[in-house]
Amino acid sequence: MGELRLMKGNEVIAEAAIRCGCDGYFGYPITPQSEVMETLMEREPWNETGMVVLQAESEIASINMLYGAAGSGKKVMTSSSSPGISLMAEGISYIAGSELPCVIVNVQRGGPGLGTIQPSQADYFQSVKGGGHGDYKMIVLAPASVQEMNDFVDLGFELAFKYRNPALILTDGAIGQMMEKVELSDYKPRMTDEEIDEKYGSWSTNGKKPNRERNIITSLEMQSDKMEAKNKRFQQKYAKMEVEEVRYEAIECDDADYIFVAFGSSARICQKSVELARAKGIKVGLLRPITLYPFPKKVIGEMAKHVKGFLSVEMSAGQMVEDVQLAVGCSCSDAKVEYFGRMGGIIPSPSEVVEALEQKLIGG
Amino acid sequence: MDVKDIIKPENLVYEKTKVLTKTTMHYCPGCSHGVAHRLIAEVIDNLDIQDKAIAVAPVGCSVFAYNYIDIDWQEAAHGRAPAVATGIARTNPDKVVMCYQGDGDLASIGTAEIMHACNRGEDIVVIFINNGIYGMTGGQMAPTTLVGQVTSTTPCGRDTALNGYPLKITELIAQLPGTSYVTRQAVHTPAAIRKTRKAITKAYENAMAKKGTAFVEIVSTCNMGWKMPPVEANAWMEENMFPFYPLGDMKNSEKGAVEECYKQN
Repeated sequence: MGELRLMKGNEVIAEAAIRCGCDGYFGYPITPQSEVMETLMEREPWNETGMVVLQAESEIASINMLYGAAGSGKKVMTSSSSPGISLMAEGISYIAGSELPCVIVNVQRGGPGLGTIQPSQADYFQSVKGGGHGDYKMIVLAPASVQEMNDFVDLGFELAFKYRNPALILTDGAIGQMMEKVELSDYKPRMTDEEIDEKYGSWSTNGKKPNRERNIITSLEMQSDKMEAKNKRFQQKYAKMEVEEVRYEAIECDDADYIFVAFGSSARICQKSVELARAKGIKVGLLRPITLYPFPKKVIGEMAKHVKGFLSVEMSAGQMVEDVQLAVGCSCSDAKVEYFGRMGGIIPSPSEVVEALEQKLIGG
Repeated sequence: MDVKDIIKPENLVYEKTKVLTKTTMHYCPGCSHGVAHRLIAEVIDNLDIQDKAIAVAPVGCSVFAYNYIDIDWQEAAHGRAPAVATGIARTNPDKVVMCYQGDGDLASIGTAEIMHACNRGEDIVVIFINNGIYGMTGGQMAPTTLVGQVTSTTPCGRDTALNGYPLKITELIAQLPGTSYVTRQAVHTPAAIRKTRKAITKAYENAMAKKGTAFVEIVSTCNMGWKMPPVEANAWMEENMFPFYPLGDMKNSEKGAVEECYKQN
């Protein structure tokens, strides 16, 4: 059993980064995630593991510092909240286009614009459909507890390095700010340049060794045919992720007539809604996508053959519901797909969700 | 005399720098980039740091700098090279990182990144090619375009009422405590080239000695953008650019300069 602590989600992100052997963190303050950098600065990991922590002048600079450090083969991370992630979109596109591994944490707040500092899930499209320019995907992990905030940092790095692709931890102000019991991971040593070269291949810009050609990290390709070939390779990589990396949790789905589809904070609410609905005699289950990209479309398609309907519960105007509709539609099922959600930083109550289920699916 | 009698080490006056690749450069005839690249390669060779030197390429004509200098490179988004260099330098303190930027990249879209990297005193080398114009996109006004200078977006000449004033960013950077060495050079004559080589050498030495940011501006020609033959472009640069962007060292501090500057200010 690892060390047990009572910690905030944001603090755990920082602690997990140090413990998993992260080489560097670059960030810029923004509510509701500033505790990530504050915790790191207080912990002074440069004395303990040699991890670098730097407050950048902007999110644009943070993501580009991340791009540089990731290009040199280092295990690096940044965190921000919605408006800051929008500023990072250019850099994320470069990182994906240069096939570099890194972990980005988005502790979402309500939008659009400056929006609000309360929790939201309205960056779903931005996270899973791209966000920046060009055809690219990020691996998107959606923690629903402080424990998963801990676990997904290491998992994020593992997947990022496996695919040489940015991984995004998509969470929100509620999970970032709430305190829960967490079992911290054991310390892993930081990797040396040689270990990185050996494990992942010698592609990084850590100084040209006499025994190899120079390494160039770039997303630029002037010839269209080469650029298309590169894009095709990216698409093959994303297709592989869709086969190998789908993660989800199914709660009380076996006998269910209706399924809530919800991630992160919404999934926590829906867990209670399942209890309330079942007490009323409604057979409902919860499908919680853990990877938002790749999306668990197959399992939804399978479920669609046996259930009457899905309610996509989101803290947004209804974004994930489009992916649920697509999954259900592709399975040629008659199951209904509806959305319920709140916006602007309002968290739906469990009973509101049950009411929506009754009105939109059962009564409708 | 047989050619073998001539090709002897003792007769050698000039050779291709080892650290320069064999790739033919894409730069226009008369462009200053080629000379600047050659000097950087030569300095890396002379200091014997090919395995330690990492560089960041900008957006602009020199986006392909990585094709010509035989070291590890990373290509940055427009203006972001100093942030990319910061990320590499901070996580690889045993290496020496250089970022190579043009005036549009460094003094317009990337003003925040360069000012803050220099202000933090990142131990990096910055090579700043200032030719007063956007070369790659076809000769538009740059932040450093002189008053009255004709470009494709200032067809009647740069008008201060409309476009503001040319930015002496190197003078601003020299004020920052994080910089150890700030200089402005050129590569239009053999004498100027020798001075610039010395400046780049010093910049690398400073960065390796962790003295803070070392910044070398090279006032350059863009004869295609300026729509002039190379020789005329050199003369135009001397006549018009040098009075506004005078050559020479602006700051040359010794070790510990970062702290000393804070005390002074």
